[in-house]
Amino acid sequence: MTAEPLLRVDGVRAVYGDTVALHDISLDIADNEFFALLGPSGCGKTTLLRSIAGFETPASGRITVDGIDLLPLPAHRRPVNMMFQSYALFPHLSVEKNIAYGLEAEGVGRAEIRTRVGEVMEVVRLGHLSRRRPSQLSGGQRQRVALARAIVKRPKLLLLDEPLSALDRQVRASMQLELKRLQHEVGLTFVVVTHDQEEAMSMADRIAVLNEGRLEQLATPQELYAEPVSRFVAAFIGTANLLDGDATADGVAVPGMGLVPASHPLAAGSPATAVVRPEDVTVGTEVSGGLRGTVVDTYFLGGASTISVEVPGLPAPLLASVHGATRLARGADVGVTFGRATAVPRDPSQPPSFGTTVPTTAITVTDAADVRDADGTAGAPEASASNRSQDVSA
Amino acid sequence: MTTTTPQATPAVRAQRVRRGLAAAPFLAPGMLFLIVFMAIPVGLLAFYTFFKRGRFGGLVFEFTLDNWAKLAEPLYVGVILQSIGLALVVTLLALLLGYPMAYAIAGLSPKWRTVALVAVVLPFWTNFLIRTYAWILLLNNAGFVNQWLQALGLTDEPISMLYTPQAIVVGLLYMYLPLMVLPLYASLQQLDPSLREAATNLGASPWRAFRTVTLPLSLPGALTGCIFVFVPAMSNFVIPELIGGGKTVMVGNLVRDQFYEARDWPFGATLALVLTMLLVVVIVIQAAVSRRITEGPRRG
Repeated sequence: MTAEPLLRVDGVRAVYGDTVALHDISLDIADNEFFALLGPSGCGKTTLLRSIAGFETPASGRITVDGIDLLPLPAHRRPVNMMFQSYALFPHLSVEKNIAYGLEAEGVGRAEIRTRVGEVMEVVRLGHLSRRRPSQLSGGQRQRVALARAIVKRPKLLLLDEPLSALDRQVRASMQLELKRLQHEVGLTFVVVTHDQEEAMSMADRIAVLNEGRLEQLATPQELYAEPVSRFVAAFIGTANLLDGDATADGVAVPGMGLVPASHPLAAGSPATAVVRPEDVTVGTEVSGGLRGTVVDTYFLGGASTISVEVPGLPAPLLASVHGATRLARGADVGVTFGRATAVPRDPSQPPSFGTTVPTTAITVTDAADVRDADGTAGAPEASASNRSQDVSA
Repeated sequence: MTTTTPQATPAVRAQRVRRGLAAAPFLAPGMLFLIVFMAIPVGLLAFYTFFKRGRFGGLVFEFTLDNWAKLAEPLYVGVILQSIGLALVVTLLALLLGYPMAYAIAGLSPKWRTVALVAVVLPFWTNFLIRTYAWILLLNNAGFVNQWLQALGLTDEPISMLYTPQAIVVGLLYMYLPLMVLPLYASLQQLDPSLREAATNLGASPWRAFRTVTLPLSLPGALTGCIFVFVPAMSNFVIPELIGGGKTVMVGNLVRDQFYEARDWPFGATLALVLTMLLVVVIVIQAAVSRRITEGPRRG
């Protein structure tokens, strides 16, 4: 991170009628960064993006790019380009004309427009489609046109509103790589808005997690995963077992389960949630010293398997994951132990629940074989940890 | 779109026949209506044009081309040209007035949009003759407008407004403006607002964004509106009669006069057919231009 940020959002507050869409958001984005604004729909991420682009006017706060205050500038004078969620390609113009539009508006000379449009079409591999109309393109091709149209202006900052949401799964994966490649190649600063945490995690250098108009946490994907600061972030990023209880000096006391050891800065006695990632849960027939439970389901996902274990006294099954296939079958009586856990504050007004905010609360379970090798204790999850969590410990 | 299928295989041809047969029951009622009320009357008109007039209307079955030759007489050419001219002026004014109206309505909140649209359509709920008479009351020498002009001291004497070509233009414009506003509104309202935002984001000033994005994309709606206004304005005969005082003759008046007063059915039919053909040509051009705008130039 350089000393002077490229984009500085300072105390931005946005209000629609009675609802506050953004609560005094402040964040800095460095030059050449791939930055993601992540959150569920209605969290304010799009409002923030549109405020930067000039389509919304914040009630208060400052937004500067390279030290220039953006808010007094009308949208068409801001040194910021945006790729719209719907792509917003001009249906009456050819691909070439769509891409040239911004340069023509800028008053760039005809010859220069031609070379720059040509170059950019090569970068996004659209050269052969220059005379087509948007209606004659596939979704992926349209996305490239939208991207080309924005980057041909060589903006300091490129805003992307849900850039991949309109694409099907296959195309999305390849465009994800392509966006990263482009960002390196053209050396732009990207700010991506997305509700898809996987998308944000795989692409972004840093992620700001927004919830109900507040900035929950701003960190690298690794930090967000390993050190969530709130229950919301823990639930939203990746999958997690969330065990609600009260903080003690060395962990979280979970009713019906006992103490889950976790390091945390919380005051003893305050409401807290222990966050245990699936790969930090060890499950096996020969695991002992922890909880006992019954396997209710196993899901084979190719490279890994997820095992769901029902533990008496817990409101929902625990999830664990292991590398490869598991030999555990439904109905197996197993032991469960936790490896690394973190604790986050919990809103006491919300009833204690168990991983309900995560669509699939997945706990990584170590396969019985691994467990045996690792003595079924804390060492096992390390051995079975995914690449991502190895990065975390690095 | 590529529509070239040079050689259809027999299977494909058979499939097309099957589809055609399947569509027949659905198309038949509409086709029947068009045949009875459109194709047959137009055929009759065309038939009439080649015969001599009867003395008190009707036909004398003696072949002649006189009716067509008569069209070339300066009197009739003049009337046709004048009709086209007046209809064009009305259409242009309707476009100039209607576009900002439609644009403003499209920008309103949904609630006010409904109110505005109802207001636009409201005049249609009143009988059209009554509305035309209202204009006579407004425009005549002792009428509302003149009273106000004099009361405000703007003029000393009443200005004669009724029974002028200008009055016809005003009457036609009033009558057909909603037909311009509605299709324009429809095309403006369905424009994705993010297109304008995209233009702005790419550095286009609001005026440039309007000129290069909103305007071209609303052209099909504008063309539809122009047709909706031009066609009935060109063939209207009540307004020239009542507000124009019968002094300015338009093709519609001429057609009516030929049938009701001159009792010259064949020539009336000729004029009617010419009017119909002119309007068909205009509509075909409009359709072609609209398609070109929305689909773009044909790819080679």
